[in-house]
Amino acid sequence: MKLHEYQAKQLLASYGVPVPEGKVATTPEEAQIIAEEIGGRVVIKAQAHTGARGKGGGVKVAETPAEAFKIAGEIIGMQLVTKQTGPAGLPVSFVLVEEAISIERELYLSVAIDGSMAMPVIIASQEGGMDIEEVAEQRPEAILKQYIDPACGFQGYQARALAFGLGLSGELNRPATALIEAVTKSFLETDGSIAEINPVVVTTDGRILAADAKFSIDDSALFRQKNLADLRDRSQEADKELEAQDAGIGNYIKLDGNIGCLVNGAGLAMATLDAIKMAGGDAANFLDIGTANSPEAVVAALKIIGTDPDVKAVLVNIFGGLARTDIIAQGIIDAKNQGLIPQPTIVRLAGSNVNEGNALLDNSGLDLVRAADFAEAAKSAVSAIS
Amino acid sequence: MSLLLDENSKVVIQGFGAAGQREAIICRDYGTNVVAGVTPGKGGQEIEGFPIRNTVQEAVDEFDANVSLIFVPAPFAADAILEANSADVPVIICITENIPVQDMMRVKRVLSNSDSTLIGPNCPGIINIGARARAGIMPIDVYMDGNVGVISRSGTLVYEAVDQLTKAGIGQSGSIGVGGDPIIGTSQAEALALLENDPNTAAIVLIGEIGGTAEQEAAEYIKIMNKPVVAFIAGATAPPGRRMGHAGAIIAGAAGTAEAKQQALRDAGATVVENPGEIGSQMLAVLKEQGLA
Repeated sequence: MKLHEYQAKQLLASYGVPVPEGKVATTPEEAQIIAEEIGGRVVIKAQAHTGARGKGGGVKVAETPAEAFKIAGEIIGMQLVTKQTGPAGLPVSFVLVEEAISIERELYLSVAIDGSMAMPVIIASQEGGMDIEEVAEQRPEAILKQYIDPACGFQGYQARALAFGLGLSGELNRPATALIEAVTKSFLETDGSIAEINPVVVTTDGRILAADAKFSIDDSALFRQKNLADLRDRSQEADKELEAQDAGIGNYIKLDGNIGCLVNGAGLAMATLDAIKMAGGDAANFLDIGTANSPEAVVAALKIIGTDPDVKAVLVNIFGGLARTDIIAQGIIDAKNQGLIPQPTIVRLAGSNVNEGNALLDNSGLDLVRAADFAEAAKSAVSAIS
Repeated sequence: MSLLLDENSKVVIQGFGAAGQREAIICRDYGTNVVAGVTPGKGGQEIEGFPIRNTVQEAVDEFDANVSLIFVPAPFAADAILEANSADVPVIICITENIPVQDMMRVKRVLSNSDSTLIGPNCPGIINIGARARAGIMPIDVYMDGNVGVISRSGTLVYEAVDQLTKAGIGQSGSIGVGGDPIIGTSQAEALALLENDPNTAAIVLIGEIGGTAEQEAAEYIKIMNKPVVAFIAGATAPPGRRMGHAGAIIAGAAGTAEAKQQALRDAGATVVENPGEIGSQMLAVLKEQGLA
């Protein structure tokens, strides 16, 4: 689960991470009042779950409170489009109004889990504010790493090694180690999946601050991070993804093509997309129903797929394990009879109770394209459109 | 016990709720020796003919359980794995999905100093066809006795690959679902080593996915293997994830892409299948080429 920048900064500040002075505004009037309180130049930052907000026109400097009013009015209510959001963009309902800091140096700091090492890793670089992936690729020596042993936890020497490695000696060393320790602690204690501060800024007046913050919580751990779970902003998630989640029928992902896919399992979902691509088509979406085991769940899932205006054909590719294919078949029949999937429908069933499932489809009298295997299903779906 | 599971396996099921009971019955009907279920507080009861104990240690002491199959819900699953480990159960198979990552990271650290082997979590388990031993949730009907082993991160793609093999007339020695989570007990490379050393396995299907570097590590092992490997990487055409930060990408870098994984596997001598519908037919071609079919 992603946090907004302002939520991430509040969380980090509660762990003692210094952040720029600032507050959230939902109206231009509020933005003006906050700018007056701060005094001087302020930065107005759109709050949306995407990076590259500046390039999309979501981050602007205001010289005066009156200008803060004007800029906030432009940003609040906009659809922020960045290279990460897709053409529809994300709605912006509020802005973070912050003191404009005067930057001497920009550094990079993040904490994440390295799956192959099965440990958290702290990553730091002197080259902050840049595309860090590019830095990692071109100058790997510019990337510092410290792995945290789950048995004994994060140690002070690790923060010191990173702070000195970032060139933060002298008077900056103590606040730098404190910042690194606090960010790491916040990550570990909140079941973080990513905490990324890009940039960490050393200001011309000798302060060290988290100038931006991206923070994401492990969805699987939200049951024990209830305070953070309440911070979820559903406006940043696609309607149909929410619909699928709320109905408890699995994971829906919207894509760019025109074939709607009902599948079970993330691996089968990916392989189905691959097969469609191989057959010359593109998926419009997929809904992974996992182990959903009732016709009603299948009907609800097919409704979500069928009502996507981009969907010109529906491909059902199910390999039953815990999910039974006769139940899936009944769901397909019900959805067809209710007119929920008027598009040409291609069905490929395999696994648990497949004979029963196929018999139900045979006897339904419905106009369904049947496929015996994976490749055939994908080909049939593509030719149903062309 | 190259597949970690055979006719001598005595399976205890941790988490004897609806799913645990249903699968216990399927395992027993198939021929697997399921010796007990563990549900704290229900010790002494009998459910569906299975004796229930309060702790894994009791099931080990009383029934010599040597494989644990875990269905415990995610918030308590790490605890269940550690309990099985503390009872020195040599093979621990965790079906549960959505275990918090930081829980698994601590489990993995403890298991690094243990003789127990963990398979999963978030996996379909293991089946040994020749021994009629099943510790998992896979549909049995699609399997056919033979000598190809299947290893996969994804559960449904295990079934898919097995189904294609069976339809191509190729039987299986068994399958190992290593699990789809970022932190798993047994890697693809370690699973390959199990099958390389399994006398009933002559060739292997390996199904990986985009993300991480596990397939590259598997490729390193394939270089020293004698048995042929047919590999498929799911997600070659998946759109880049809508991720928020870049930290994950720095860890794996470009190694996480399907192209990088396919290339590493090809370089190691594996046959890489690009169309998921051709896993069975490609394996048949490889077996014929090697004089194994």
